[in-house]
Amino acid sequence: MNKPVKQHLIDPEICIRCYTCEMTCPIGAITHDDNNVVVDAARCNFCMDCIPVCPTGSIDEWRIVNEPYSLDEQFGWSELPPQEEIAADGDGADTSIEAFDDAIAALLAEAHSGAGGKARAPASAAKPSINLYNLAKPAEATVTGNFRLTSEDGDSDVRHIILDFGATPFPVLEGQSIGIIPPGTDEKGEAHLPRLYSVSSPRDGERPNYNNVSLTVKREPNGVCSNHVCDLKPGDTVRVTGPFGSTFLLPSDSGAHLMMICTGTGSAPFRAFTMRRQRENPRLKDTMSLYFGARTPEDLPYFGPLKKVPESFMKKVFAFSRQPESPKNYVQDKLRENADDVAALMRNPDGYIYICGLKAMEHGVEEALSDIARSAGLVWTEVRDTMRDDGRYHVETY
Amino acid sequence: MLDLINVSYDTQIPNNVGLSSDKRVLKALEKWHPGYINWWNDLIPDNFQQSLVYLRTAVSVDPKGWAKFDYVKMPEYRWGVLLAPQVEDRTIPCGEHAGEAAWQEVPGEYRAMLRRLIVIQGDTEPASVEQQRFLGKTAPSLYDLRNLFQVNVEEGRHLWAMVYLLHKYFGRDGREEADDLLRRSSGSEEAPRMLGAFNEETPDWLSFFMFTYFTDRDGKMQLESLAQSGFDPLSRTCRFMLTEEAHHMFVGETGVGRTIQATCEAMVKAGIEDPYDTDAIRALGVIDLPTIQKKLNLHYTLSLDLFGQEVSTNAANAFNAGIKGRYMESRIDDDHKLHGDTYEVWDFEDGKLVRKEVPALTAINMRLRDDYTRDASGGVGRWNKIIEKTGIDFQMKLPHESFNRKIGVFADKLFDPDGKLLTGAEYDAGMPDWLPTHADGDFIQSLMVPVYEPGQYASWIAPPKVGIDNKPGDFEYVKLHMA
Repeated sequence: MNKPVKQHLIDPEICIRCYTCEMTCPIGAITHDDNNVVVDAARCNFCMDCIPVCPTGSIDEWRIVNEPYSLDEQFGWSELPPQEEIAADGDGADTSIEAFDDAIAALLAEAHSGAGGKARAPASAAKPSINLYNLAKPAEATVTGNFRLTSEDGDSDVRHIILDFGATPFPVLEGQSIGIIPPGTDEKGEAHLPRLYSVSSPRDGERPNYNNVSLTVKREPNGVCSNHVCDLKPGDTVRVTGPFGSTFLLPSDSGAHLMMICTGTGSAPFRAFTMRRQRENPRLKDTMSLYFGARTPEDLPYFGPLKKVPESFMKKVFAFSRQPESPKNYVQDKLRENADDVAALMRNPDGYIYICGLKAMEHGVEEALSDIARSAGLVWTEVRDTMRDDGRYHVETY
Repeated sequence: MLDLINVSYDTQIPNNVGLSSDKRVLKALEKWHPGYINWWNDLIPDNFQQSLVYLRTAVSVDPKGWAKFDYVKMPEYRWGVLLAPQVEDRTIPCGEHAGEAAWQEVPGEYRAMLRRLIVIQGDTEPASVEQQRFLGKTAPSLYDLRNLFQVNVEEGRHLWAMVYLLHKYFGRDGREEADDLLRRSSGSEEAPRMLGAFNEETPDWLSFFMFTYFTDRDGKMQLESLAQSGFDPLSRTCRFMLTEEAHHMFVGETGVGRTIQATCEAMVKAGIEDPYDTDAIRALGVIDLPTIQKKLNLHYTLSLDLFGQEVSTNAANAFNAGIKGRYMESRIDDDHKLHGDTYEVWDFEDGKLVRKEVPALTAINMRLRDDYTRDASGGVGRWNKIIEKTGIDFQMKLPHESFNRKIGVFADKLFDPDGKLLTGAEYDAGMPDWLPTHADGDFIQSLMVPVYEPGQYASWIAPPKVGIDNKPGDFEYVKLHMA
């Protein structure tokens, strides 16, 4: 059987046949007859040039298919076919392929497994681009900054890396990851596979309207890629794949209430979420909360800038586990302390929970959420499954 | 190096034509600018000028950069001069110079013809803003209000586009013509706009949607043929304008579609099957389908007149000179010269309508009008699908092109919407069923009440299926300034 693929389609009920997409497509993948404007699945390379020029939004449609719809089939449509049932992990329809590379798709599936079922994107999230660049055809980015985020005498070396893509299009949404290909070969003499890093900058760039992204990378002892990245200097170039990920995304709906729980570099996507909302909707009040764990304040990436975010814009709760003369505190402890807020969010149909960090945090957090649910008269697994199927519960742990 | 993709903001006028190093044109445009701002400020009611409108602005002319959305106060909108990227080694696509290198400067022998075409195109742009100036006060939703303003600011930008060409390439005559574009005004007694359809007022939102669907589509066809011009700066200007024009088509098609949707849904809900049960349907606060058909008849036929005479030597000359091509010229498989070719047009012989072969060169207007009719009939078919889905037995259709015409072979004669020649008495008897009456206008006017709550829509129009820029249903597209 063929591997399911993501196919780009145009909604014939919304399209007004202005053919602007067809004129814009740089490789002639779009064509029309007297009835419909259609995309040739064999040609479309997901460059996304047609998306912003469409006046209607009809161009932004995607289906996961075993066999792409042919041009003739599409010419005959008067409406889009529903997403067919594709057996993926045996649990029904999959509208959210995270990556086309098997290896990366497997990595993301593992990272998202803590959600207890198939992850779904928030309904109002922007549509992500995925796999624009791969191992065979990576993008090249130039390093324009590398700053240590943790104090020089702290235990860990976490870095803020800024990569500029120059004229290469690299559309990436908050919550998505990119792959970095370390130079050189492994012990078998084969090229290294890319390592995934979640971007920590919003879609319009680390600096607004610059074609750049930032990453939050922790130096791992003997880590091939993390040492490579942490040692990069401005002017160096790196090979990048991606973007990847199509579920751990920010809802566009400004009415969404976000609760974000993280440790260490798991803060990267939440920095992106926060910046996006600050840029787009700086006057929002009481719709975001962040539970952030680290050993000490010195070890906590972005501790300084975070303190400057107004409490009314985002409630910030820090948990430190190695503070001298203080009891050990983990994020789950802080969740319990704020049980009323957490329970209110579980009940809120616009409530979203995001968890990101080390695999080790998953168990404790889940236990805390479960206890909080119970004391509020809710059953956590039911709440979780509903939220997840709604695209409102997201876990990404490594 | 000159950056010709990204918009430069180093002058008061955003542009990608290197204005900062073109002092003569920059100075001329800066002199014209205050008059433009005055024109805009006199036109749009003050509370809307102060409102924050969720508009798109182009920051570059490549696909990634031309649709940046943000809240903007309209007087602060960055109207600019934007040309599509130059195509390397572009050649003149049609006429006697076909195959020669495209002109980067105005060819002397065609100067007057080019100037006239640019002035006519330029004259329509501010005219439609003038025609639509009062609509904001009765917007059926913030979403529609935003769409109206997007259309308005882009028509304003299209005026800039034509004014730039006049200033850059036509010297003193060009400057005078540019001033006249602000002097003439829609519906004015002493200085009306140049084309008839642009002197009619747009009294209500259904007229606005019909106008953007039918009349702006004429604009689109004209732009399409000017985008084929051998005069490269005109071609590049029009190519970029077309991407914006597509939004206007969208507003028209979905506006009429949503009106039809609301009518059909209300009929189904009330259990009314007969689309001609006018009073009962109107009592539901929606516009009955036959009245929508009458509006369609009116706007389609007014728009057909914009194409001019069926057989025209002016059009032949423009094509032959390579100044104006045909719709999708580059995709037509012929010699692009039309010597010896014929084209079928309507004519009137012995009291009867006949089809007649004439030299294709003289039938350029007719051909464009046929392309227009084909293009316009697509949306009508999609409106009918909306009706069909609700199970109501009614079909919209384009009237015969002889109906209600003031220009061309059909002018001065009376036809019904099926193309049947009528006596004056027959025509008078049928008119109330074919074109909107005063009573129809009054009824539509009675429904025009503003709805300014985010996510709410007037009774006569359905919400859109998709938000602008993928925004959710209750998005506040306009943050109204309350004086």
